[in-house]
Formats: sequence, C-alpha cells, structure tokens
Amino acid sequence: MAYSEVVMDHFKNPRNVGEMKDADGVGEVGNPICGDMMSIYIKVKDDRIDDIKFLTFGCGAAIAVSSMVTEMAKGKSLEDAKKITNKSVAQALAGLPTNKLHCSNLGADALHAAIQNYLDRQAGKADKETKRKDPHQHTHGDKCYCPYCDVEVEEASPVCVNCGRELEAAH
Amino acid sequence: MKVINLDYLASNPLLPQVQEAMIEAIRKSYGNPSSQHQIGDKAATALAKAREQVARLINAPSEKEVVFTSGGTESVNHAVKGVAFANADKGKHIVTSNIEHNAVLRSLRALKMMDYKVTSVPVDSYGRVNPDDVAKAIKDDTILVTIMHSNNEIGTIQPIAEIAKITRERKVIFHCDAVDSVGVVPVDVQKLGVDLLSFAANQFYGPSGVGGLYIRRGTRIWPLVDGGVQENNKRAGTENLIGIFGMGVAAELAVRDLDARMLHAGELKERLIRGLEARIEDIIINGHREFSLPNLVSVSIRYIEGEGVVLMLDEEGIAVSTRSACAAGALQASHVLLSIGRDFADAQGTLVLSFGITTTEAEIDRFVDALETVVRTLRNMSPLYLKAREAAA
Repeated sequence: MAYSEVVMDHFKNPRNVGEMKDADGVGEVGNPICGDMMSIYIKVKDDRIDDIKFLTFGCGAAIAVSSMVTEMAKGKSLEDAKKITNKSVAQALAGLPTNKLHCSNLGADALHAAIQNYLDRQAGKADKETKRKDPHQHTHGDKCYCPYCDVEVEEASPVCVNCGRELEAAH
Repeated sequence: MKVINLDYLASNPLLPQVQEAMIEAIRKSYGNPSSQHQIGDKAATALAKAREQVARLINAPSEKEVVFTSGGTESVNHAVKGVAFANADKGKHIVTSNIEHNAVLRSLRALKMMDYKVTSVPVDSYGRVNPDDVAKAIKDDTILVTIMHSNNEIGTIQPIAEIAKITRERKVIFHCDAVDSVGVVPVDVQKLGVDLLSFAANQFYGPSGVGGLYIRRGTRIWPLVDGGVQENNKRAGTENLIGIFGMGVAAELAVRDLDARMLHAGELKERLIRGLEARIEDIIINGHREFSLPNLVSVSIRYIEGEGVVLMLDEEGIAVSTRSACAAGALQASHVLLSIGRDFADAQGTLVLSFGITTTEAEIDRFVDALETVVRTLRNMSPLYLKAREAAA
C-alpha cells in the first residue's frame, strides 16, 4: 500500500463529512480530467471558522486530503486558514505518493475558495462560478513539467522521461 | 479470513498439477534443449511435449506454429512490431480498434515514431467492432490488422472470424490479441482464420512470465528478440523451461475442463449481475451481454470513484480492480470506457470483477453485501450524488 497510515486513517474515518445547508461560504473545485470534485462548506463566527464540512468525489487520497484540510482549518481565523497550503496538508498526512500530489491538490484550493466565497458574500457580491482547474497547465516559468511526477520535460515530448506517462500537448 | 479474489485477471491460482510439473522441472534440472547431447535431448523432448499441449489448446494445425514467449505482452509486441518490420517494403499502414490493450497501443505508438500510420476503428456502445469499418479502413499499403479477441476491461468478444474473412480477401496479415480469451472461452485459430494470435499462461491457471504466439505458417514476420535459433528461429534465447512446462500442463487441463469452467463462471456472472442490479441503484453493467467473457463483469457505479471502493473492500478482505484513472497511476480515464460512451465521472467509478474456478456463490453474495455498504458510505460523501439527488427531488 502506497498510502501512509495517516492517509489511511483519514480515508477510513473521514472527519467533518457532509453537506452544510446554512453555510456562510462554499468552495467547489473540480478537476475534469482526473475526475476529482470537492466541496467545502464553512460557518464563520468572529472571523473564525466555527464549523466546516466537506463532500468529495475522488480517490482515497482526495478523501483523506479533504478530511485533513477541514481538521486543520477548524477553529482557525480566516487569516490563518488562508495560510494552509496543499503542501502543508500533504505534510500533515505524512506525505502522498507523487502521482497523488497532483490529484489531491484540491484540498487547500477548495478551502480558499470557500473563504473567498464568504468574503464575497460579506462584500455583497454574488456567488461566482467556481473555476475548474486544468491539471495540464502546470507551467512554472517558461519550462514544462510532467503533470504526474513534476519532473521537467521537453515541450514536444510525447511521453515523460521520468514516469513514462503519455503527455497531452499542453503541459 | 480467506481473501475473496474478484481480481482473477490480475492473478489466478496455479493449479496443483501445474505446480507439480514446475517443481519436477526444477528438481530434474533439465539441460538446454538446443544442445547436441543427451542432456539436451531430454529437455528438447519435454519442450516438444509442452508445445503440443499448447498447440492443442488453440487448435494450431502444427505445433511448429507455436512460439513460446515471456508472456502476453511480448507476444503482442512480437506480432505487431515483427509484422511491421518484415513488411515495411509493402507498406506502413496498420488498422486497429479503439479499445485495444496498452501492449498493442504502445507498440503502435512506437511504430508511429518510425513513420508507420495507424487507423483505429471505433466500437459500438457494447464495445463491438463493426467488420465493415475494418474493411473500409484497409488501404493498399495496409500490412496488418490487429484486433483483440476479448476486451480485458469490459469482456466484450469481437467478431474475429468475420474480420479474418476480410483480411484474407485483402491479403493483409491479421493479428488477434487473445490474451484474455485463450483458456477461458474456445479459441480455435483455424476456425477464426487468423494469422497471428497472442496468449498467456497466467490467464488459464498457469504461471505468469510465460506465453505464446501462434504464427501461421508462411506469415512474414521478424523476430522481436534476436540471437540464437531457438523457437524455430522466431524467438531467440534459451527457453524458460520451468514456465513452459507449467504452461503445457495448464493448457492440457484447460482443454479438458473448458466447458465446466465456462459453465461455472457463467452462473457466477449471472448471479453477480442480478445481485448488483437488485441491490445498488444507478449502476451500468458495461459490455455486451451475449458476446462476452463468462468470467468478467464490468460495472460503473455512478457518483463515486473506484479507488475508494477498492481500498474499502480490501479492508473487508475482498480484492477487486478499478478502472479509475486515479487508481491506475496513469491518471487517465480508461480509453475503453470512454470509447463505449461512459463519461469521465462514470469511468472513475468503474470496477472490473473477474473470477474463476475457486470462486463460490457465497463469495459473490458476500461481495455484493459489502459493496452495498461501501457504495452507501462513499455516496454519502460525494458532491455528485448530492447534486443528482437534488436534481431528482
């Protein structure tokens, strides 16, 4: 089994699962290619995340990430919750397999989207359509990286030299 | 508790008789069948016997038309690349289908880098190729048609004999990847009329790491592995005798027991589909109901993702396989499921259940019970399920 014990624990006993009908902010992120979808609901009191719930369609890692991110955010001030990153979630889970880092990057994104949605609502703005992430737009700077293992690849390369997976034209 | 194996396609048990043959081969420490002395003669005699056993399984006219390989993947690579290389003077066009195994797809990908051209014909919603599409795809410079006998994800069996009729008329070599069929359903190379046919021992209770390629006499093909004159000059390298002897015995038993195995698997399949349809809502049974492997069921469970199902069932002592992109490591939705019209989300929630001689009705029932619970748990945390319920309300 490639997953850490922490991941398996959060997958088997996910914390904060469920819908929140009277949420103050909702973050929905999805990944059309991999097929992961994540919704995070927050209840805010005195600029703190008073309650948080999630719904996730995705693999074991995605569920564990959702569970962990809700646990990390619960009780935190909005400012501190914004500082939670995909990386810190993965660290708290004692690591994720490299190909799952990519698949499970939704956790902090969904949380941040929920916070933004709360702030927008406070500012009187209407709910925005959540932007869907495309995992194949992983260009940092002018170099291209394999979306699966994050190793540098040549622009025109049809396969990743490191993990051997087929690459889409835009990576 | 005994683990319930519903992932027979990945691994099925070695039959006791197969184990014995392999252990005996180790104990006897056979020589090299290519040697010109008596140590080698014994090995050569035993190798010839295994070749006859395997030839009988696919009804090859002559055992000389059977080449032993390191498994299904090598057989497929050999067939596809070997024909491409040997016939490049005639043309560089190859016809295949949209739902082939990666062994075929990636062999073709390699050939495309060498300027070969590939036409891939579509399949219908059951995963069947229309032979007319193959006929239309064949051009003057077509040198090879490669279509699988049965699909490893949805079990659909192709009209191979009809396609072979076309390739014979058009004088194009036909390779059939029959890895998931040989030893499971009747496969007769003469009735099918194919030129090349790939198969593997581990699909019929033989060892993994050994397979075969049927090469009809007179077929223009190059070796894939170059070196000595073994395997009638078609596959160099000292033979894997231990594996081959195991395969020979497994082939003999497959011939003897094929009808009984098919009957047993077919009953389990019916029970499994009935159970799934009765107990779990919003599922799609994939593949053809008639032209299909008896030992495989593909089910798309809507609104959930397959890897979660695999992990949760594993906790319950049940082994299944998923075609979810996330679990595959490749992070790509199954090309087979997309080809038959499943969308990305439904492809994500697809399980491949495969079973065999040791599987019991009680195991099928226990699986359906466990799956019902797992599906409920995962759907209760799925935003897609919530949306579907809201839409229905």
